[in-house]
Order: sequence, then structure tokens, then C-alpha cells
Amino acid sequence: MAMLKAILAHPSGRIGAAIIVLYAFLALLGALGLTPHDPVQQFRIDRLKPPSATYWMGTDLFGRDTLSRLMVGIGQSFVIAFASVGLAALAGSLIGLFAGWWGGWADGVLMRMMDVLLAFPAILLALLIIAIVGPGTFTSVAAIAIVYTPIFARVVRGPTLSLKRRDFVDAARTFGSSQTYILSRHLLLNLVAPLTVQVTLALAWALLTEAGLSFLGLGTQPPAPSLGLMMSEARNLMQQAPWLLAFPGLTIMLGILGFNLFGDALRDILDPRTQERSS
Amino acid sequence: MSALLSVRNLTVGFGRAAAERPVVRDVGFSLAAGETLAIVGESGSGKSVTALSVNRLVDFGGGRIVGGEIALTRPHGAVLDLAQAGERALGGIRGREIGMIFQEPMTSLNPVHTVGAQIEEAFRLNRGLDGAAARRAAREALERVRIPDAQARLGYYPHQLSGGMRQRVMIAMALAGNPRLLIADEPTTALDVTVQAQIMALLAELKAETGMAMIFITHDIGLVAGIADTVMVMQHGAVVETGPLDDILDAPQHDYTRHLLGAVPHFTGGRAVPAGAGRSAVGKPVVSVSDLVVRFPFAGGLFSRRAGAIHAVEGVDFDLMPGETLAIVGESGSGKSTTARAILGLVETRRGRIETHAGEGKRPVQMVFQDPFASLNPRLDVESLLAEPAIAAGRRRDADLRARMLFLLDKVGLPAEALRRYPHQFSGGQRQRLCIARALMLNPDVVVLDEAVSALDVSVQAQVLDLLADLQREFGLAYLFISHDMAVVERIAHRVAVMYAGQIVEIGNAADVLAQPRHSYTRRLIAAVPGVERRRQHYGIDNSAVPSLVKPPGYEPAPVQWREVSADHRVRLEE
Repeated sequence: MAMLKAILAHPSGRIGAAIIVLYAFLALLGALGLTPHDPVQQFRIDRLKPPSATYWMGTDLFGRDTLSRLMVGIGQSFVIAFASVGLAALAGSLIGLFAGWWGGWADGVLMRMMDVLLAFPAILLALLIIAIVGPGTFTSVAAIAIVYTPIFARVVRGPTLSLKRRDFVDAARTFGSSQTYILSRHLLLNLVAPLTVQVTLALAWALLTEAGLSFLGLGTQPPAPSLGLMMSEARNLMQQAPWLLAFPGLTIMLGILGFNLFGDALRDILDPRTQERSS
Repeated sequence: MSALLSVRNLTVGFGRAAAERPVVRDVGFSLAAGETLAIVGESGSGKSVTALSVNRLVDFGGGRIVGGEIALTRPHGAVLDLAQAGERALGGIRGREIGMIFQEPMTSLNPVHTVGAQIEEAFRLNRGLDGAAARRAAREALERVRIPDAQARLGYYPHQLSGGMRQRVMIAMALAGNPRLLIADEPTTALDVTVQAQIMALLAELKAETGMAMIFITHDIGLVAGIADTVMVMQHGAVVETGPLDDILDAPQHDYTRHLLGAVPHFTGGRAVPAGAGRSAVGKPVVSVSDLVVRFPFAGGLFSRRAGAIHAVEGVDFDLMPGETLAIVGESGSGKSTTARAILGLVETRRGRIETHAGEGKRPVQMVFQDPFASLNPRLDVESLLAEPAIAAGRRRDADLRARMLFLLDKVGLPAEALRRYPHQFSGGQRQRLCIARALMLNPDVVVLDEAVSALDVSVQAQVLDLLADLQREFGLAYLFISHDMAVVERIAHRVAVMYAGQIVEIGNAADVLAQPRHSYTRRLIAAVPGVERRRQHYGIDNSAVPSLVKPPGYEPAPVQWREVSADHRVRLEE
């Protein structure tokens, strides 16, 4: 509750939260089939209509309603972004935690593996993975998850290294606390704040990566609507139907902005220095 | 003589509510040339903010002077109000007319430049010296602060110098501009006592040589006696009492001054040792340490060969009897904390035996750490914190455990509501009480107190020491009390062991060791203790350096020779 209040009190947190809630609401309507028009069915007579009272955001080459497709597309992007970031956070945190805690050669081996992954540009690495496995929703999730795992491993390893030398961890050892207890109560609990911030920021990147993959035809496959795919289809019609490019583009941009603003707000709020002052 | 600096109604605040909630209110003092004003107060009293307002460094920390004036008499007689001065004018004042030294010499020096380059920079900025002239001035400045072998030290980087040396370098830099006023903000707090004594002596001598005025900020009213002409006591951002040194120390008018003077541990050369000291020969020791050796090997060179080891603890023996307090005193790097950590199994020992004879508890030795902010997990509430030792011992969080928590909270003087609160909601002293309660959860026989009161303000320190003594009586606890502070040790210890460079050099009955120190290092340590009664005492400058603990592989020290002074007082023979 206090957290929610703090986010709403934070200027960029308020905007970010509003955007995310709006997107979630639209995606939910899309998932429930409550779109203004059918997102997949083609109406040849209504081809390339500009925005109007009937079609708020116009129609595409096949007469499909852009708004309806966007609503379903947002849902699709959200599912992939959340699933992949969730997986990446889980895998990355475990790798970072154990690398930092054990140190020595385990740390060296795990973190060099992460460095190799980190050395490739995100989209290139995802492309490589998809080129090997083949396109599809599940592949997209897996590819994006692998791409972002090293970032979480890095984010968790640093604080783990400093936390494990803190006096309260030494104190726990003098009580004879088990390793599991120390890892879960003393380390993970203190890692929640940096992880939460990283998750929100990674969601923004994942949204962009997913759109990029779909744009290249390697993500969501047609005729299912997806933000990247819609931009890809619209790029040849830029002259005749600029709204087809503008609306998905703006949707992606606004979504990323929303997560970034939300992440910034979380970082400010969870920063122990600002926390000390407020309490 | 007119005042060099005259401060009137100074009010300083921070942030947006600077005017509504000032942290320094209505402070006034005046300082003549060549005079020393000591500002004394506990943490948060506004003493540093007051001093930082004088050279307006407070602006860079987000502070704002919202009222009052700071009149500085310039060398040519004009008076400048520093509270109104612009940044340009201040640039000409800082360094040239007002020098400053800070608490932590490591962070105030730039680690990537040699100390020579940094001192030369100070001369270049403040005196316009260049090239060979600046180099010569830098060497002379180092000689002036009594750094031996000054020419060679100019090429050193800050990390190659000890804390005391670094503080000397800072002083040399502050004096580069020949300031007429030096602000010293807790200049010796981060240093060991013997080094502190050296720096205090140096400051006193330099003051006499140069005739500069000084504002000396400290939390230790004992330190004031040796240097100040005038003392100003601050509390909660306001001045409670100002007066000449002797008046303040001998006839304090304000309750808070009396309270501060009462709380500061006076070192009395063994006369304040708690009653019942000396050991009862009966019973088995609860902890018995023999020939303890701890070494930290380090690798060096291209192929990570064993380059040597830091001999942190070298052949330490002692016994700790039930219900007794053994204090281990020594300076930083003497191996006292490593000894404590070895007993708890937190560091690997190279050799030696540590035997503990448990009573009823599963873990008979518990520990309380120095920093009460770092030793409590900030994300757990007090109930979870106190439950941890019990959970580690395989117990459940049930009504019994809760009853034990409430019992111990009551014993350490905290309310029952504390259970639901988080560490950041407590003060430093309260947190240390929590740590003590947590250490007692499993009914230990021995509690290792590693500088457990060093981080606390003096008045809180006294309360926690009293609490420890009460708990010892009630539960029959034995304490291993690690400290650098002789005055605190005198208050609580039954026996004292003095550690120097990884070895015990003198051990025995507290009254004997403190009253009749036999080892030269023990004597030096005792001579360096500041005290209210040691007024304007001349601290002798003793610049002897601690021997290096880094030894080549395979090094074994010569066996130790002991001399028995009395039944319970042994001294290591010196070469």
C-alpha cells in the first residue's frame, strides 16, 4: 500500500503507471474479444480507410481495423515481454547469486558465459537463436529470455558480493544459520529492490526486441496481429496510409516510455538513500 | 585586539525547508587571531555544519545560510561578511585565508596523484608557485608537518601512507596558503590513539609557530583539554554554553555540558577498574586459546605465486574464566578483531587450539559487532532478527520463543512494541541493544564484543557499558571485550591483554596492567589517551612506525619470552 502511494506521489511514476494500466486494460479487452471490430477478419470494401468515426485508427490493406489489431497486438507483446523477462530474471538471479556467493572458479565460469552472451547485440543474438530453432511465440520468449539473462546475472552478482561481506551475514554465521537461510533471508530479501527496478526496465527493452523480431518476420507469425508485424506490413504503404505506420509505432514508443518512467520512479523510491530520508 | 572572525545569529538549513527547519540556529561566537575555539557536540548537534558555514562549503552539501552574519577581518583590515559573499570572493578566501582539514584523510586525498603533486597543486593555487619553487615548497611543507624522509615521500601515492601520515599531508596542504584560520573537522577521529596524540601535538606546535587561529571540531570533550582556549558546546543545532576552557571543564553551567563531561570516560590509570577484579582461581576457563596463528596468504607476480602472508595473529594465548571480562586492547591492525573472529570461526586459523567449554547453550560463544547499522539486516523486522539464532538452532517460532524475545528486550531496555519495527527506526544505541539481545537469545556463556561501543556517542556509550555490566552480573556472562579505547576498557575489564603487531605483549589483572604498565607499547598507548585532566599537556611526538605484518613465505617468528611481573601479570620481553 505504501509502495503504491509512493509511486502515485512520484510525478513520472504516476504517468508510467497510468500508461501501463491503460495498456493492460486494452490488452485485456483484446484478449476477451471485446474489440470494436474483428482483428483478423478481412473487409475488402473498407481497405485503407483513414481514421474515422467507425475506424478510429483507420484500416489496413485488407480492411482490418487498426485499433482492434493494436489491442490484440499489445496483449501479444505483453505476454511475450512478461514471460521472457520473468524467465530471464529467474535464471539470471540464480546465476548471479551463486556466482557471487561461491566466488572462485564457479564465479569465473558462470560470469564468462554471461559475458559471451552480453558481447552480442541483443537483437543479433535473438536472431541467431531463432535462426537455429525457427520462428514462433515460444521461440521469441526463449530468445528474449536468453538475451536478457546476463543483465540480471550482473545486477544480482554485484550486490551479492557486497552483501556477503556485510556484518549481518557474519552475524548469521555466528548463530550457525544454514546457507539456505542466509541466501534467502539476508541476500535475496535485500536484492528485491534492485531486481524490481531491473525487471521494469527490462520489460521496456523486451517490448522493443519483440517488436523488432516481429518486424523482421521472426516473431509472431501472420495473420495473428503484432505491433512489429503491423509496422512491417505498413512500411510499403507509408505514402498512401501513414496512419498504418504511425499508430503501431506510437503504441510501441508510448509503451516503452511507460515502463521506463515506472522503472525510474521505482528506482528513486527503492533507493535506500531516499528511503532513509522519508522514514 | 579585534576579532579575526565574528559569527552572529548564524542560522543554517537544508533543502526546501531550510528556513522552517534549520539544523543550526542562532549560533554566535568570535575568534581572535591565534586563538583556538573547540566546538563540541554529539552527532547531529550541528557542529560540523557551523564550521562548514564559515568557509561556505556547506553550500555544496545542499545547505543554505538563512540568517546571521559571518564577519571575517581581512589582512588589510576590511571586514567581509562571508554569509553574503559570492562564490568568486569565497574562492579567494578558501585555502588562502581559511584552510580546512577533514576527518577522513583517505577520501580527501586524490588516490591517483602522488602526495607531492597534490601539495604542489595547493602551492600553485594559493601562492602562484611553479616548477622547482613549488617542488621545494612541497618538500618544506612535508618537513614542517614532521614527515621523516620528506623528499622520498613526495613520490608516494596516498594508499602507500598510513592514516596518520595522510592526515599530516592534509595538514601540509591546508597550510600551503598560510591561512590565518584553520578549520579542523574531527581531524583525529579516524586515527588510532597514539597517532591521534601525534597529530594533536603537531597541531599545537604549528599553531604556536604560525600564529593562526583554529576552529577544532570534535565529539570528544576529552580531546579539547589539550588544545582549546575557548569551548563552545552544541546540542540539537544550538549553542548551550560557551566559555574559556577552564570554566567549561571545571565549572560547567549547563546540564548538557555536565552530562557530556560526566559521560566521557575518564582514564584514571587503573583506579576505575570494576570491583571484584582479579581472577578467582576456581573453575575451568570457558574459552581457552593457545598458540593461535592466523595468516592471510596473498599471491603476487605474473603467475600468482605465493608471495608471502600477512601474519595477522601470531601465537596468541589466553584463558577466559566464567563471569570475567577480558579486554583485548590494541590499535588498528594489531590483530585483536582477527583473534575475535577466529574464536567465532569466521576466519580460518593456521595453527593453535581454541577450546570452548559450553554450559547449557548449543552455541556458547556469541558476538556483537562494532557497527550496529551494518550488523542488522535492514529488511527484517526485530522479531525475525531476534528469532534467527533460535531458528538456526532448530527451534520454531512459537509462544516460548516470543516470551524469550520479550524478556530479553525488557532486559536491554527496549519496549515490547519494538518487535514489529525495523532496524532503521532505532537509534545507534538502541540498535546495539538489539544486537546484544540477539546475542543472548541462545543463553551463551561468552559474548565477544568487537568494538561494540566504539561507534556510539559518549553518553550512549556509557549507558550501553552499564547495561553490559548488569547483564554480566545477572547471567554470569564472560566477555571478550575488543577495544582501542583505554578509558572504556578501564571501566569494564577485569583483565587486560594488550596486542601489538599480531601478538600479546602484556596481559594481566586490569588494575595492574593499567596502573603499572611494563611494556613500552602499553606505556605509549596509555600516554596517548586524551583526558579532561590532561589539560594543555604536551603530547610528546613519537613517530615510531608499526612493524610490517607482511612476511615472506616460510617465515616463523622467534619464540616469545615472557617475564612474570606478578601472579597475574605477564610481559613480553623486548629486544
